[in-house]
Amino acid sequence: MNRLSSRVILRSFILLYLVAFFAYLFLPLLYMSAAAFNQSRFPATVPWQGFTLEWFDALLNDSMLWSSLGNSLLVGAGVVALSVPIGLNAALLLHLLQKRVRTLAYGVMVSPILMPGVILGISTLVFWRGFDVGGGWHLAVLAQTTFIASYCMMMFQARLQRLDPTWEEAALDLGASHFQVMRRIMLPFLAPTAIGAAVIAFLQSFENYNTTLFVYGSDRTLTIYLAGKVRVGLTPAVNALSVIFILLTVAAAVLFEWRRRAEARPAARPVPAKASLGRAAPVPAE
Amino acid sequence: MQALVARYGGPITALMIFTSLVWVLGLLLLPQLTMIDYSFRPALPLAEIGGPKDVYTLENYTFLFGNAGFLTIFAKTIWSSILVTIAAFAICYPLAYYLARGTSIGRARLLIVALIIPYWINEILRTFAWMLILARGGLINMALMELGVIDQPIVFLGQTPTIVLGMVYAYVLFMVFPIYNVLDTLDKAQVEAARDLGAPWWCIHWRIALPHAKPGIAVGCISTFMLAAGSYAVPTILGGPQSRWFTEVIYSQFFEGMNWNRGAAFAFLLLLVCVTFIVIMMRLFRVSLGEVAK
Amino acid sequence: MSIGESVHLENVTMRFGDFTAVDDVSLEIEAGEFFSFLGPSGCGKTTILRMISGFNEPSAGRVLIGGRDMRGSGPNRRPTALIFQNLALFPLMPVWENVAFGLEMRGMARSARRRRAEELLDLVALGNAGDKRVADLSGGQRQRVAIARALAVEPKVMLLDEPLSALDLKLRQHMRAELRAIQKRTGVTFIYITHDQGEALTMSDRIAVMSRGRLEQVARPDAVYNEPATPFAASFVGEANIFQGRVVGLSAEEVEIETDLGRMRARNGGDLRQGDRAMLFVRPERSSIALGGDGGRIEAELVEMEFEGSFINLRLRAPNRQPIMVQMANDGGLGEMARMASVPVSFAARAAIALPEGELAHQ
Repeated sequence: MNRLSSRVILRSFILLYLVAFFAYLFLPLLYMSAAAFNQSRFPATVPWQGFTLEWFDALLNDSMLWSSLGNSLLVGAGVVALSVPIGLNAALLLHLLQKRVRTLAYGVMVSPILMPGVILGISTLVFWRGFDVGGGWHLAVLAQTTFIASYCMMMFQARLQRLDPTWEEAALDLGASHFQVMRRIMLPFLAPTAIGAAVIAFLQSFENYNTTLFVYGSDRTLTIYLAGKVRVGLTPAVNALSVIFILLTVAAAVLFEWRRRAEARPAARPVPAKASLGRAAPVPAE
Repeated sequence: MQALVARYGGPITALMIFTSLVWVLGLLLLPQLTMIDYSFRPALPLAEIGGPKDVYTLENYTFLFGNAGFLTIFAKTIWSSILVTIAAFAICYPLAYYLARGTSIGRARLLIVALIIPYWINEILRTFAWMLILARGGLINMALMELGVIDQPIVFLGQTPTIVLGMVYAYVLFMVFPIYNVLDTLDKAQVEAARDLGAPWWCIHWRIALPHAKPGIAVGCISTFMLAAGSYAVPTILGGPQSRWFTEVIYSQFFEGMNWNRGAAFAFLLLLVCVTFIVIMMRLFRVSLGEVAK
Repeated sequence: MSIGESVHLENVTMRFGDFTAVDDVSLEIEAGEFFSFLGPSGCGKTTILRMISGFNEPSAGRVLIGGRDMRGSGPNRRPTALIFQNLALFPLMPVWENVAFGLEMRGMARSARRRRAEELLDLVALGNAGDKRVADLSGGQRQRVAIARALAVEPKVMLLDEPLSALDLKLRQHMRAELRAIQKRTGVTFIYITHDQGEALTMSDRIAVMSRGRLEQVARPDAVYNEPATPFAASFVGEANIFQGRVVGLSAEEVEIETDLGRMRARNGGDLRQGDRAMLFVRPERSSIALGGDGGRIEAELVEMEFEGSFINLRLRAPNRQPIMVQMANDGGLGEMARMASVPVSFAARAAIALPEGELAHQ
């Protein structure tokens, strides 16, 4: 058996596998997107009945769509407003806790991202019923914050690991109060991470389905609305909406990756920053 | 504690502790405990809550284990989620290895950017794409009929294997990145030394790459299993009455049966399944929680 | 500029769990003094610095600055300024904001502190660097920024934690002189931490030699070198030939010691009595290749000659295989020595010092 030829076989095998994998990944999305431009009454690309933009037109007149978009923005803003400071404070706290306490606290704080999203939605719903608070955008904010704060905490923690503790000591030594150390040293150092965390938090919130499902009450978010459309309202308008979603996500992904890369210039290999609907997302260790 | 106050001063420390407690207690632990508390109480009309009938009971749990239909769905959900996890691992491992060790950094980076984009796209859309492909008049049926392989469309939707397929597609990337991240730290010299010592390729993987990738595999498997077992979008979009998922059962207890106590019990069971899975994976791969949640 | 203040350590002890980093240290550092703590890493010198600056409170004992008890005062309330080993410049601020940071914390107006920062930068010869980023400065320039930043708060006591260790040799020597000049000019008390004996010897008014959390000796640099108080001090500072033995004879000032290499005589540096185990130390430059010398005489074998220009190091081996080093001035006539089978090494009794046996520094 010839060693060289077995290598060639292996190589072509790998190539085939790669092509298959990426086709598997992208073709379904392309197929779905193409259907948005088909004149067919049903969402399908075959048979092709001619190019049209009418399904995008239909979206413009869909008032439900616009109100759900409003709700998504509201919930997203609320989640950012809560989870970024919560994550920041928790990371600062962990940073100084003793090792044993820290391991325990860390375990509790990251546990929400290891739980199915529906559980977080359900527990929030049940808990707030005790205070006579029903589902709605505010509960969606609280339920999502439970796990999105974990992501923010992890991002801040990664940044804090690169904090030189002598900066704080030097500032104190020069007469800074604790508050001044926070304002002049810590916060400027953490600011870029805070922006990143806010973006991640917003995207996570915007895309969230499983957790929101149980707590949105009547304040339907765009993802909830989209899921409903996908399940029942079968016209290619869904595909048109999908295309917009995809374009927005791609734009956000590219922008965020580019920004992150620019920030972490010396780091050679890209580690994907993760924000997606499923929440077991591996967050980048910076 | 004193170190904290010394480092940040009283007011800032107080604020840090306050928001952390609000989060951990108010958003996480107390709601979880309330859910568990609910699950051990009977479903009662509003007037009787807190009354003499409101006692702790196991009836919500015994109900599940006495109901063959629900029990089957519960078992099937767990089993199928394990299948999804295994399939995702099988598909992903070669890719992760290729990206980390099989190609130049430049090309790896390009491929990773290509992976990130679908990774960021909403799960609902990714599932919807497969719905269009697998529908009665979808791409596959049209193609097969056109080719004359079949003359009646095959009913894919509503079948459990279809859901497994859809989930593998939806969650596969949650397996790639954790494995890639650890394989990326594998010392190239190790692989070369093994090859130099005459180890065949499967041996290199079995003895060097896979052991090194253990933490990443554990994370990938935990993520994938959790997403699959807790998925609501995929089974509702690709499934049907014959292929119900346990999350759908939970949902219907809350919003159709209006039996929140039973729903809470089912949710708690789902949580227990996931926790058990995490513990098993940690034991199996001998990784600590710190490594898993990184 | 401010005038320095004194620093008193009273029975200061610092324990971290079971580990005692500083063990019952008492010391008075005078106002305006340049005082160094010298010792190997882990000897407790940095811990002392952190207790003076207020980052650690002593487990026992107290720290007084200018006669005031500092207990309970955090680092931001003490009249001290610390220059960190890594300098700890703030990378997100331009140079002048770094320098003016302490003034900003004291609420000085922006234009006033900018002016003051420029003055201080002039003082350390960095007049044009105010708007630069810290990352764009060289090692020596950063050093100066750190000094200017510490001086800005007009401290009574300046604490320096091995600030020169990151610099290359030439710059280090230059900065020694500069630091000394700044200290003289400002009159601030300087407390300097180092493991580099050269730095301690050249800059300090007094040196404290430390080992394992305890003070071995506190004295002027020449006294530390010439009159070491303990075997540790004698072996940590400078080179020394060490001979061990037992005291067999005592006179008013001198002791006679029986060693493997015969009887030797030296000054009694530590109250030695008849029969005590003792160590005799003699510096290489006070040993010579000669037959005379009333301290001791050893027939040694020449192993190696290191030519250093103005002087020459001879590495020799005694009959018991103990290494011996002799440093001699270059007088031009060394060619023959290399051919000699054995070389007579001797020293004068007053050039050697005998101390009670004790721990040596590992070098």
